[in-house]
Amino acid sequence: MTISNLVKPWMIAGLLAVFAASCASTQEEFIVEEDGAPVDGQAQTGSVGDGSSGGADATGLADGDFGDGTAMNALETLEQEDGTMSVRIVYFEFDSAKLTSESIEVLETHGNFISANGEVTVRLEGHADERGSREYNIALGDRRAQSVRRVLLFQGASTDQIETVSYGEEQPAVTDHTEEAWSLNRRVELIYTVN
Amino acid sequence: MQLKKLVRMFSAVMLLGVLQPAHAALTIEIAEGVDGALPIAVVPFDTSKLSNKLPVDLAEIVASDLNRSGVLNSMNRAALPANPHYSNQVKYQRWRSAGQDYLVVGRVLEKSPGVYNIEFQLLDVLKQKQLLGRSMPAKTRNLRSRAHQISDFIYEQITGTRGAFNTRIAYVRAQKNAARKYVLQVADTDGFNAQNVLESDEPIMSPSWSPDGKSLAYVSFENERPEIFIQHLATARRSKVAGFRGLNSAPSWSPDGKFLALVLSKDGSPDVYTLNTATKRLKRLTKHRSIDTEPVWTSDGRAIIFTSDRAGSPQLYQVNANGGKPKRLTFEGRYNTAASLSPDGKFVAMVHGDKGQYKIAQYERETGNLIVLTDSSLDESPSFSPNGKMLLYASTRGNNGFLFAVSIDGRAKHKLSDQAGDIREPVWGPFESK
Repeated sequence: MTISNLVKPWMIAGLLAVFAASCASTQEEFIVEEDGAPVDGQAQTGSVGDGSSGGADATGLADGDFGDGTAMNALETLEQEDGTMSVRIVYFEFDSAKLTSESIEVLETHGNFISANGEVTVRLEGHADERGSREYNIALGDRRAQSVRRVLLFQGASTDQIETVSYGEEQPAVTDHTEEAWSLNRRVELIYTVN
Repeated sequence: MQLKKLVRMFSAVMLLGVLQPAHAALTIEIAEGVDGALPIAVVPFDTSKLSNKLPVDLAEIVASDLNRSGVLNSMNRAALPANPHYSNQVKYQRWRSAGQDYLVVGRVLEKSPGVYNIEFQLLDVLKQKQLLGRSMPAKTRNLRSRAHQISDFIYEQITGTRGAFNTRIAYVRAQKNAARKYVLQVADTDGFNAQNVLESDEPIMSPSWSPDGKSLAYVSFENERPEIFIQHLATARRSKVAGFRGLNSAPSWSPDGKFLALVLSKDGSPDVYTLNTATKRLKRLTKHRSIDTEPVWTSDGRAIIFTSDRAGSPQLYQVNANGGKPKRLTFEGRYNTAASLSPDGKFVAMVHGDKGQYKIAQYERETGNLIVLTDSSLDESPSFSPNGKMLLYASTRGNNGFLFAVSIDGRAKHKLSDQAGDIREPVWGPFESK
């Protein structure tokens, strides 16, 4: 087995998106890159909200496809550039692991997808903003990843399809010391692997 | 096979024996002298009889150590009125006129190339007599350490408290544009003599000294998730002690060196456990749906202080080391985390969050008084010196973290500055056994 047939195109797309995000000079660019749907009330703006109505349509379509292998396979679903399944980050309030109702909706779609595709595994990477102590923040990132895990399990994903890991404040998406940067760093990222 | 398994083959860590020198040394920036600090003059030691120039300036190291304590204020070298090397060369009146209370003189004698004898005397200028005189063997490689020992002798003679200059600190350095992004380092308390313990492409966190100062426990993400390791510094031999599902974090050594307190989330939420390092037996100490983390032992080893948000915001609690019901310690403010205990057990240093600012504060257990010691906004990781007189901590300024030390009265503060990276999570090591 060679590296080339292991690296799926969507993985490269994901890496590029992350790279683009880390290079993004403004918050707005970052949101557009990564957020197709409103996942965090605080971080959303009107323009991003506009984009999310298309996402809602795609959700309905994708939901119907998950149980039906002939319509769209897991890889194709993950390669979609818009729609709910393209939202791979959910955000949190300060010192909270509570999911917003918008995030729960997004994660339910992911849970259905994982449940319907046994060959898929997902790694949930929990993060925190830089304020306060590092140890507390890594625990907070763990709690956030666990919150996401619970929703995925409730939708029928299997425990051995999900791995959680917390990075605390060690790997911020944005390195500024502003409320806006912090709101983008309090997050859980969903990282898929198709086995 | 997954992509990440392939990536892992290229992202191995580098384990380093402690003799591996670090490329970038820390340097010290000293704030202006502290009002009320006792004036002391440290005269350059006589090295004129040596065949080769010494690689370090012993008197400079001593003067700098004493300044950092905040208790003593050493005289600027350019202002020294004379240059004596023996007590019988000292004209006390000149030093008295120069406003000095204490005077240190010394000389270095060579026994054979690279083998020395350092002699120094601490003199009381007002009483015109010697308070302390010592002769100590030295080699080229331990000259800095000998200078710190001299500082310790002087500090103890004048203050009655054991000096902690000749100890070590550990911290994590994150470096940009470097082959390996994260480095665990140990250094002298003045930031010099930094040595690499572990280099990794993935985060390293939470160093904790063993009570004998010979090993560090730490968290490494080298396997793409947080796991706890113990590493013997001199040999670089190490073992993984916790790699459970979920969080493995915040190791803290018990005073007798037999247990590690640590935080695992394998049973659901982050809880505090103790691990017998010999038998590998785990014991769960807290059981709560909230976050329980940052355990530290009391110096008698009977209790553990930890952070929990069980009451809605993170606060410090204490629990018996055998388990039981935790008792809440802090009530002031909505954010009190990262406890460090003074060696006498009377004070708890912490990160205190107030109105969006995170500062180092000190809580007196008997009175419940909370004193804020720092004035910046992103301070973290306080760690007491082994004599309980200073606190080491990290503070974010711009895009980098820097190490600072502050005296426990908050009056003397100095920065261990460095341009080559982002430094965090300092921990002050124990006294060397006498």
